[in-house]
Amino acid sequence: MSAAPKASPPVFHPVSAPDYLPTPQLRELQLMRLKAIVARGWDRVPLERKRMEARGLTPEHIASLPDIAKLPFTVKSDLRDTYPFGLFASPMEEIVRLHASSGTTGKPIVVAYTQQDVNVWTSVMVRSFAICGLHHGDVIQNAYGYGLFTGGLGAHYGGEGLGATVIPISGGNTDRQIMVMKDFRVTAICSTPSYFLHLIERAAQLDVDIRELPLRAGVFGAEPWTEGMRKRIEALTGIRAFDIYGLSEIIGPGVAVECPHQDGLHIFEDHFYPEIVDPDTGAVLPDGEEGELVLTTLSKFAMPMIRYRTRDITSLIAEPCPCGRSLRRMRRIGRRSDDMLIIRGVNVFPSQVEAALLEVEGTLPHYQIILTRRHGLDQMEVQVEVTAESFSDKIGALEQLNDKIADAIEHVLGIRVLVTLVEPHTIQRSEGKAKRVIDKRSQS
Amino acid sequence: MKIQQLSVFSENKPGHMIAPCRLLAEAGIDLRALSLADTQRFGILRLIVSDWRKAKGLLEASGAVVKVTEVLAVEVPDHPGGLADVLALFAGTTINIEYMYAFPFRRGERAVLVFRFDQPDAAVSLLQSAGINVLDGGSLDV
Repeated sequence: MSAAPKASPPVFHPVSAPDYLPTPQLRELQLMRLKAIVARGWDRVPLERKRMEARGLTPEHIASLPDIAKLPFTVKSDLRDTYPFGLFASPMEEIVRLHASSGTTGKPIVVAYTQQDVNVWTSVMVRSFAICGLHHGDVIQNAYGYGLFTGGLGAHYGGEGLGATVIPISGGNTDRQIMVMKDFRVTAICSTPSYFLHLIERAAQLDVDIRELPLRAGVFGAEPWTEGMRKRIEALTGIRAFDIYGLSEIIGPGVAVECPHQDGLHIFEDHFYPEIVDPDTGAVLPDGEEGELVLTTLSKFAMPMIRYRTRDITSLIAEPCPCGRSLRRMRRIGRRSDDMLIIRGVNVFPSQVEAALLEVEGTLPHYQIILTRRHGLDQMEVQVEVTAESFSDKIGALEQLNDKIADAIEHVLGIRVLVTLVEPHTIQRSEGKAKRVIDKRSQS
Repeated sequence: MKIQQLSVFSENKPGHMIAPCRLLAEAGIDLRALSLADTQRFGILRLIVSDWRKAKGLLEASGAVVKVTEVLAVEVPDHPGGLADVLALFAGTTINIEYMYAFPFRRGERAVLVFRFDQPDAAVSLLQSAGINVLDGGSLDV
């Protein structure tokens, strides 16, 4: 059986029209919306007003887009400190939906939506899918978790809004995911990239060749992933793998997404105003420079976010994209400033380890970083699963593989770490965001 | 002539050897020869079994990585110098012995050793031309 053609001709979807707004009009729209949202925060969110007053600011001080730099930042702990309703700018009776992010420590972060907010969110998700070439007639398997997590319902409403068929399968039960993908002739899937990789692996065990299925696109997000991982996914399945970006504090998925050129993610700037700042000083950096992404929601009513520090490290690309969209792009997120591990004084990001592993032939990015402390010194161990491709019956060849991986990691990080080959399937697979780091340093 | 050997990756931790052995036992597969090569951190369990295809399928379904390698079972005279004479055949050739291990039984006056050569076909010819018996899979049944 030969593989079905995966690519479909590009379809222009009318919902994409705002992606092509001429830049002067886009800036004008942004300024109008920025003024309105700052005024809304001033009127309705006590913390926002208090902080502006402390800087001697009133909404009238925001007369141009660069004036945004005068405004105070909002940080994640603000949401936690004001839990549950402190940053709401709408009365509860106008709020139609609540979501929460899984707080790893203490209380979750709660976010709220008015009906109009849900409509805006749906529209940016519809535009996201349209950019990825999805359309009416597509069958979208939505393997993002449904519930308090924004991924599931965000993609769900977007898929329906597009006129596609949505299968709300949620995360988990991988065998059933594969059966549904096959039997319902699924053409697109949404999940975390690490879960999809797990699904690929399971499909191979079940003798299902994804290359022979109608699946042609994956919209992957909710965790940082590398270009190497994309290449691996695309080579193993024949699909196009698109990176989508979002965070619940801003709206959920649908803040930015890749177009078929796969060279940066277009930010839906008509709703989310991006800045890049120096993570240490907070100073705004020019386009092209790498720093922390700061986002302002330009049209969110229930919970406006003014200059929210995302902790994601990226840069903005001002150059026009060959796709013709006027929306600026950001480089894909490789790392978050709070993912950073400091090992013996060296800054380490898990994504660097992933990139190094993908350089070594035959390894799959099933890895875990274990941090311990011995004699007051940080130890980093990288556990990597042996694959059928990388396994040899010769001890020498396995030791060579071990060294090769350690060399590749050393090349990227500049420090030698302990590499341990482990049996397949021993690193826990995640149905949502992959857990890459186990930090036992406080226990030792 | 050549025998299919299965190799299974194993972490060097207590209990990690039991699972594959038990799995094969429950399926009624006989282990004919076995060797464990290990380092401090990991091990390779090498197995010659009565039905390698079935064993491979079972091991893989249990999540193990399995590699099939062709090895030779060679009859070696069971007296001092018997092995040295066989090894001497390969000195000065380009054929390398990757590793070897002994079978747990004897055939009369002969011992059986398993060899993993980098060029198994060339090794078979050389052994046979020297009059040394290379066993086929069927004759390994005890």
